[in-house]
Amino acid sequence: MNETIEQQKKTANVKIESKSTDKKQKNTEGRHVFEVEDLNLWYGSDQALYEVSMNVPEQQVTAIIGPSGCGKSTFLKTLNRMVEMVPIVKTSGDIKYRNQNIFGNNFQQEYLRTKVGMVFQKPNPFPKSVYDNVAYGPRIHGIKDKKTLDQIVEKSLKGAAIWDELKDRLDENAYGLSGGQQQRVCIARALAVEPDVILMDEPTSALDPISTAKVEELVQELKKKYSIIIVTHNMQQAARISDKTAFFLNGELVEFAETDDLFQNPRDKRTEDYITGRFG
Amino acid sequence: MDKGLQSEGNVNVQQMIEDKKRSKSLGEIIEKIIPWFLLLCAIVSVLTTAGILFTLLRESIGFFANVSIIDFYTGTDWSPWTGHYGVAPLIGGTLLITLIATLTAVPLGLMSAIFLSEYANDKARRVIKPILEVLAGIPTVVYGYFALTFITPMFQTFIPDLGIFNALSGGFVVGIMIIPMVASLSEDAMNSVPNALREGAYGLGATKFEVVFKVVLPAAFSGIVASIVLAISRAIGETMIVTIAAGATPNLTFNPTDSIQTMTAFIVQAATGDTTFGSTIYYSLYAVGMTLFVFTLVMNLIAQYISRRFREEY
Amino acid sequence: MLGQNEQGIKKRMEGRVLLNKILMVLFFLATTVGLVFLVLLFYRVLTQGIGYLNWNFITSFPAPYPEKAGLWAGVMGSIFLMLIVAVFAVIVGVSTAIYLEEYAKQNKFTDFIRVNIQNLAGVPSIVFGLLGLTFFVYMFNFGYTLIAGGLTMALLILPVIVVSAQEAIRSVPSEIKEASYGMGASKWQTIARVILPASIPGILTGTIIALSRAIGETAPLIIVGAATAIFTLPDSLLAKYTVMPIQIYNWTGRPQEEWQYVAGAGIIVLLAILLLMNSIAVIIRNKYQRRL
Repeated sequence: MNETIEQQKKTANVKIESKSTDKKQKNTEGRHVFEVEDLNLWYGSDQALYEVSMNVPEQQVTAIIGPSGCGKSTFLKTLNRMVEMVPIVKTSGDIKYRNQNIFGNNFQQEYLRTKVGMVFQKPNPFPKSVYDNVAYGPRIHGIKDKKTLDQIVEKSLKGAAIWDELKDRLDENAYGLSGGQQQRVCIARALAVEPDVILMDEPTSALDPISTAKVEELVQELKKKYSIIIVTHNMQQAARISDKTAFFLNGELVEFAETDDLFQNPRDKRTEDYITGRFG
Repeated sequence: MDKGLQSEGNVNVQQMIEDKKRSKSLGEIIEKIIPWFLLLCAIVSVLTTAGILFTLLRESIGFFANVSIIDFYTGTDWSPWTGHYGVAPLIGGTLLITLIATLTAVPLGLMSAIFLSEYANDKARRVIKPILEVLAGIPTVVYGYFALTFITPMFQTFIPDLGIFNALSGGFVVGIMIIPMVASLSEDAMNSVPNALREGAYGLGATKFEVVFKVVLPAAFSGIVASIVLAISRAIGETMIVTIAAGATPNLTFNPTDSIQTMTAFIVQAATGDTTFGSTIYYSLYAVGMTLFVFTLVMNLIAQYISRRFREEY
Repeated sequence: MLGQNEQGIKKRMEGRVLLNKILMVLFFLATTVGLVFLVLLFYRVLTQGIGYLNWNFITSFPAPYPEKAGLWAGVMGSIFLMLIVAVFAVIVGVSTAIYLEEYAKQNKFTDFIRVNIQNLAGVPSIVFGLLGLTFFVYMFNFGYTLIAGGLTMALLILPVIVVSAQEAIRSVPSEIKEASYGMGASKWQTIARVILPASIPGILTGTIIALSRAIGETAPLIIVGAATAIFTLPDSLLAKYTVMPIQIYNWTGRPQEEWQYVAGAGIIVLLAILLLMNSIAVIIRNKYQRRL
């Protein structure tokens, strides 16, 4: 275990020093859910990501931090190709999900998004009942059997630690719930298709402190089963909940390391400036 | 609900999704067909325009094979049942109605817009605006009835020799009908004038009407003009009010107390009469219809041109 | 010197303030002209028509005597016609709106469709009558029938439905669209399960308002040959028919004064139906505006 971590740290750091010149060695152990290599991304003619390369470990929490506009959300949305909903987006480079190229011709977006769930910045339940919200994913993928759906809904709500609060309110419109409850319903909705990876885009930025604490607790619980990538502008949050942390600045991946390492002895001056609050 | 849910079983959702995927080909077919069906529906509106152009042009050409196009546009006698096809009286009738309607609607509509946008408080605006909009929702046949049975008798008390059918009451009621168009579109234009401009003038000690006339109206000018042009286009195409109240006498006159006939009223008259399919009168419907169409199209294009330019200003 | 100047300004100031007050009153009066007109119209129609308005009037067929004439053929004809218009215009209109909002690429052809719809909305209704006469009555050989009238009216209100459906679809928050795509839903699944359900109140409101415009339309139906007097209810799409505004128009045009009262009674019924439709639209709008 320790060895692999050391190795990852090394690969990450090597790349930062010598950018994309030398090709990263293949990780053969399959312990990465994502392998990103030389990713560039443009909105029209504005480049938003520069030569990003990083490996996202399995069943850990990976936090992405950085000042607003540094490309962290863009990077996250590239992983499930949601970024392409903006029609002017162009990318270059490679992203492999479990050794499959997600930009490949015969790789389906819908399949990727079934494997890679997403929780958004603002709670965004559908204007439907709690039950229909959670059952949405299984239903669109063809699961119609009522008993099966019942099981899935219960399991997912339990997984999102909100079953006890909502088990008698499954028919209520999700819009009537509090913000924190809505966000956990959205997490349950993402869990319902039992994804492999869960992307979280500043999931607590619209929540009050108590709800935030609940969601953070939940993240800890979820990493036992899922690989989680979480974007946050809150450094304390990253320090509290993540195993590894990536620091983005102006579209570049500046540093990617064990969370404790990154916060306690950052290797890059810019990382140090950021975490000590000198800018951003 | 609670009891309906099974206790946690061993459901492997991803596995189930994989299984379903194999039988998903129907879904994929739907996914491919739907955009084409939607596109087809979107094309219906294009076909409608094409159909309008096609029918107006084809039947008009049929008409001009029998009646010289020069006689049609230069002749001043419109009596199709005796073979005279000079469209000038119908155009004249339409223009007379439009003129009266514009003279009614523009001052009233503009003043309403100024009142609503600059003077009225929020509460008054919320009451008055929807009521004004009701004017635009009254069926035109009801307006026609009202013009014939109420407005004309009322006007007759001031103008004793006013006939039962006359351009004045028809045009006036058309004008009332288009007030909401002028008022609400002009009000939108005035509302989009930035408040900073108004504040600049107030800061110099200007009164409200000075702000309205020297700042708001000039800034909203093109939007106001566009609203007027659109309203005029609407008046040109109005049918039932003028058919009921303005008469059926093609008459090249600018005396508003006369009975006249508009292009639209002729089309109704010819369609309700015993017009045989394929006769010259039948074709004349389309020649008149095409003239009408060109009038309104030009007006609409002018309005669009003005409001496009207007949008660029802010 | 300065004092004199100031006095001049003060004097003119009084004039300006007075003028401002006068103009405000004038603008207010101008605003009330439309309102007064509306009140007069309703009052006039009520007083003229109320005497002839009774259950018999609504449930009778046309008759040569004012006391026996009725609106039944028109009421039922209008309802049947609106059903055809609604089915056709909603399917085509909402589909067009979905295409334009969700599928169409930004190109010349899409712009062309948009501009075309905008222009179509400005074409006088009577020209749609001529379109229907050429195509539905003669070319498709439907004759002067319900289906010919229904299709003509559907094309007439199509632009209104498209524009209101576009607005409704556009107002669906992009967050919930993203949520759906993020679950791996396909485009059509997202439209059918998220976007359309969320925009149905808006689409419904727009449709009712468009239909309330169609139910009062007269001119195009005269051209495509809605009958003026008819003594049976339409029993098929290819049946002859009449509608309320046509009957009202026909009665208005008769010289005997009694027929004007009959027309007035018909107008009361027509306006009542319009009021009902618009109230439903307002209720739907208010109920769902609070939701989203």
